[in-house]
Amino acid sequence: MSERLAPQDKVPFWRSPQGRAWMFQLCMVGAFLWLAVSVYRNTLANLETRGISSGFGFLGNEAGFRIGEVTGIPLPQGGLLWFLLSLVTGLVVSQLISRHLKSKSERPMNSTWLSVCLLFSIGLPMLTLYIFRDSVEIAHYTESSSYFMALLTGLGNTLKVTVIGCVASTILGLLVALGRLSPNWLLSNICRWFVELNRNLPVLLQLFFWYFIVLQQLPNVRQSIDLGGWLILNKRGLYLPSLVPQQGAWLFCAAVVIGLAAIWVIRRRARRILDETGVPVKILFPSLAVLIALPALAWLLGGQPFTLDFPALKGFNFKGGTGMTPEFTALVVGLTVYVSAFNAEIIRSGIEAVSKGQREAARALAMNERQVMRIVILPQAMRVIVPPMTSEYLAIAKNSSLAVAIGYPEFVSIGGTILNQSGQAVEIVGIWMGVYLCISLLISFGMNIYNSKVALVER
Amino acid sequence: MALFRTSFICLLIVAMASIAQAGTLENVKKDGFLKAGTHIENPGFSALDSNGKRVGFDVDFIRAVAAAVDVSEVKYTPLTSKERLPALQSGEIDLLSRTTTHTMSRDVKLGLDFTVTTLYDGQGMMVRKELGIKDAKELDGATVCLQTGSTTELNISDFFRKNGMSFTPVVFDKQPDVRKAYDTGRCDVHTTDVSGLAAQRSLMEKPEDHIILSEVISKEPLGPVVRHGDNQWSDIVRWTIWLTMAAEEKGVTQANVEEMYAKSKDPEVQRMLGKTGSLWTDLGLDKGAPVRIIKTVGNYGEIFDRNLGPKTPLRMERGLNQQWNKGGLIYAPPFR
Repeated sequence: MSERLAPQDKVPFWRSPQGRAWMFQLCMVGAFLWLAVSVYRNTLANLETRGISSGFGFLGNEAGFRIGEVTGIPLPQGGLLWFLLSLVTGLVVSQLISRHLKSKSERPMNSTWLSVCLLFSIGLPMLTLYIFRDSVEIAHYTESSSYFMALLTGLGNTLKVTVIGCVASTILGLLVALGRLSPNWLLSNICRWFVELNRNLPVLLQLFFWYFIVLQQLPNVRQSIDLGGWLILNKRGLYLPSLVPQQGAWLFCAAVVIGLAAIWVIRRRARRILDETGVPVKILFPSLAVLIALPALAWLLGGQPFTLDFPALKGFNFKGGTGMTPEFTALVVGLTVYVSAFNAEIIRSGIEAVSKGQREAARALAMNERQVMRIVILPQAMRVIVPPMTSEYLAIAKNSSLAVAIGYPEFVSIGGTILNQSGQAVEIVGIWMGVYLCISLLISFGMNIYNSKVALVER
Repeated sequence: MALFRTSFICLLIVAMASIAQAGTLENVKKDGFLKAGTHIENPGFSALDSNGKRVGFDVDFIRAVAAAVDVSEVKYTPLTSKERLPALQSGEIDLLSRTTTHTMSRDVKLGLDFTVTTLYDGQGMMVRKELGIKDAKELDGATVCLQTGSTTELNISDFFRKNGMSFTPVVFDKQPDVRKAYDTGRCDVHTTDVSGLAAQRSLMEKPEDHIILSEVISKEPLGPVVRHGDNQWSDIVRWTIWLTMAAEEKGVTQANVEEMYAKSKDPEVQRMLGKTGSLWTDLGLDKGAPVRIIKTVGNYGEIFDRNLGPKTPLRMERGLNQQWNKGGLIYAPPFR
């Protein structure tokens, strides 16, 4: 065919498949832009003809309302900014060093370079933290803060629930999935019912159930369940003693962080030795030693890092200490239980997707059941599990907005308050959409990175 | 879902091509029904009765306006407090009658017009009798249940701030959930407008266990709201409400309105009920409008007594909502 075309008879741009594809794409983009611009202009015109003021200037106004539950937002103030900056610098520098070494040789970096990297990524931030230790501030929302701070506080509360919900629902989901796969008839059927019940009831109903039916059965404040001040449980929540940082706290925290980093290095080394020589290295005791020895040393040097603040009944409620409100508990428990049912099914299907031969082969190598699951089955099941799991994590982030029904002050609830006070409906809804989009994209992004790590590597 | 609904109403603002600013009256007549926003459930103000019919103080003013423009049907949209204003702005409803407080920023910035104050209210606090509290100043450290998206949140914060006291708010989206949380003991205090507290108390398991503290921490003039810019429509709503107030002053009731129309010698009653003069036709309504309004809902006193008064579960006194010549603030401009 191709010989028939003389070179000068080249297919014109608009008739070639690529050219057409481009043209259609451009048309689509153009149409989309036109739509976006006209919606924007239409909105502005509508707002103006109705005499509704618009713009984001209101975000700076004083909020004036109180929020029941405030997650401290580490706003970059004073030394915190420098700490974050040095943390990022340190991580970037060590990443650059590691890239550079990798491109030069296949071998993992030697201990000299490793210590340089650690110095940059941990030492540098610690140094700034030490220098600026008196000026690190964590911004707390009060009534006189701005609407912007109020929204940020709501976002903090949302993220808190999302992160805890994702982790907890994964663990619970895994347990239920393993239970369903268990040969034990009773266990397997309990898990089946757990899944069916949770999957088939609306999540809002479940939240109401946990909040209004389960948690409100707890005793009143004055009849609290009290374990000597260490744990107090009543309708208003769960109270525990809180840690109050003292002078030596920063040193203690630094020691814990360094200890954890050291364990990570020890693990990597053990792994490398296992891969290269086949000799398993026991790391439990050295890890524990590091994790206990370093903080203990810091304790001796810096004095007692924390004191305990016990909750005590004063007036209407328990004051002091820390704890969880029923709203937070109901939301986390409700979302976790609901999503874990889906997660269990995803994990189960992932495990069942691994061919039986793999399991038999692993047993033939004299692995015990735990090893079979951990080393052979789960890594292969991950490929099937991770993509649908991403949607479940997104579901947690989005369903956390149902909290407005059970009184937990999260992003949508606080946005709603601001919406009503300022009347800036379009702006607030815009912010809602933008923020949830960002959260969703971040979760997707993270999960996609993880997915590419666990995906089948074709060599 | 809450997010979804509010977003949807907001989308209406964005997407709708400017619906005609004027001409709400024509649109209502053309549709054959009045689109009105009101409470989801607030007994005495707007709730469903045992027959599934929507009744209440706020609802009666909607019915009065429907009678004024002579449409037999009302399409009620139950709204939460944060949905109500966008719903009116976007044109989803033409009249909002849902205990909405008249404030300057709402009036000036949001493209809304407040009509007549139908109820002079103030924010109050309800506590359990067993706490033995007499004064709101004793509430330092209390947990307070309230509804999101209203002036309530700001007033209570101001009150505690002003008196150097602290509190923990627990904020819900819907009034029934606030009540449930307070009733089960999650909070020490339930706060909203005094009238709302009375309404919510009537629904509690044991209403007699709760007292409403005498301290009133804000002024809450409540009344119907319309969109800014359609003066004819806001005039219709205004004068419909004023008619019910004037009718009480002149002794015109649901039962005797036709008799008064036929026999009253008072020239103002004659003008007010459309027997003489052209007040109602000048407004764009027909001459039968005033009699229809009173026949449908009665005068202001009757509306109050039927929904909120001492004989109802709310047991509210007239207080500031008494006629101006009896020591209250209810005052209709002259019909001339």
